[in-house]
Amino acid sequence: MSEEEDDIILSELPDDELVQQMFDDLYDGLKEEIEEGVNILLERGWEPYRILTEALVGGMTIVGNDFRDGILFVPEVLLAANAMKGGMAILKPLLAETGAPRVGKMVIGTVKGDIHDIGKNLVSMMMEGAGFEVVDLGINNAVESYLEALETEGPDILGMSALLTTTMPYMKVVIDTLVEKGLRDDYIVLVGGAPLNEEFGKAIGADAYCRDAAVAVETAKEFMARKHNQMAAG
Amino acid sequence: MTGAPTDEILTREGLAPGARKGRILLLACGALAREILALIEANGWDHMVLTCLPAIYHIQPEKIPGAVEAAVARHRADFDEIFVVYADCGTGGLLQAKCAELGVQMVQGPHCYSFYEGNARFAEIAEDEFSAFYLTDFLVRQFDAFVWKPMGLDRHPELRDMYFGNYTKLVYQAQTEDPALTEKAAACAERLGLAFERRFTGYGDLATALAARA
Repeated sequence: MSEEEDDIILSELPDDELVQQMFDDLYDGLKEEIEEGVNILLERGWEPYRILTEALVGGMTIVGNDFRDGILFVPEVLLAANAMKGGMAILKPLLAETGAPRVGKMVIGTVKGDIHDIGKNLVSMMMEGAGFEVVDLGINNAVESYLEALETEGPDILGMSALLTTTMPYMKVVIDTLVEKGLRDDYIVLVGGAPLNEEFGKAIGADAYCRDAAVAVETAKEFMARKHNQMAAG
Repeated sequence: MTGAPTDEILTREGLAPGARKGRILLLACGALAREILALIEANGWDHMVLTCLPAIYHIQPEKIPGAVEAAVARHRADFDEIFVVYADCGTGGLLQAKCAELGVQMVQGPHCYSFYEGNARFAEIAEDEFSAFYLTDFLVRQFDAFVWKPMGLDRHPELRDMYFGNYTKLVYQAQTEDPALTEKAAACAERLGLAFERRFTGYGDLATALAARA
């Protein structure tokens, strides 16, 4: 960080410049600065949901785009995510209190035999940022774990993640089980993970393969809109 | 070891087949070069010529199918057979599909950790060992270039537990008996905050796959 940047006093910036500065701070993974920025905007009377969408999600969208375009890499995205997490931790209880809009609900987890959760955690966070309620089942989930969560949580979307060529076929086990039980059409099934691709997603009977967290959010929103349209038409 | 370039060259550039033409071209990952050359030398497989793609594709698997396709096109006329010495290696089945399209054979299995251990054995232990992080001889030597730096741990060591918090141990699959390498592997485990286990695998199914072309 340069000396000039050291001199910036967040509380002295007008709202629009503060939000721009928070974009920069998110990009640079500066967790404490993000937490400070969130607190300043709250003190200025911003609604928690507005801070979340305009400052945090807005900033992470830039990070996500630059990751997609090969400008940023995983370490930088993780640092940015960690900074956003700090801001989210302040906002989350307030969002519940202030009745922020809920776009939909998602149950998400890494499949059995797989302990990788970086991508899944990013998706969870960005989905929450986009107004989804997310129930995160963590890593190493057997089909029973998904089924139980689907039954108890009643989500709109099931998200499954895998990083390994050896574990990604397990997604088909879960989807086939849903089909067997006559539950498949009750959920939008989204899948993701480094070795996956669109063909694989289609082959196992998922609704969509999501290349990254930003795509997951957009895809989830599209499917939710379609679901609402179908319900309205029906 | 004769004929193997440095790890740095294997990582970034790979290995050209030279002017030789022959019966079988082994089109391999640069991370397997030393091991394959050792097998060729030990077994006198003079009809095999080795060429390698950059080993760094190990962490950029999306580049492998296209690079294999280009290499097959470049060398096809000079050899009776091209054998692709890659497993799936994180391509999610795309390399298998590409090889089928090109009419060339490849090594079976999900990745080198599996074929070094032996695919059948690896599948057997996978259920109990899915929280293991694997390194081979090459990856121990090139730990910084393939793990530490690409993950940004040189710049941001605080990210370590985000990457490795769910892992329980580092398994060093040793292809050779090399106490210095074992020591380095143990140090890698310590840097990642993981328990350490060394298992001698030798060349596993890599040797079997090449012997089938002898």
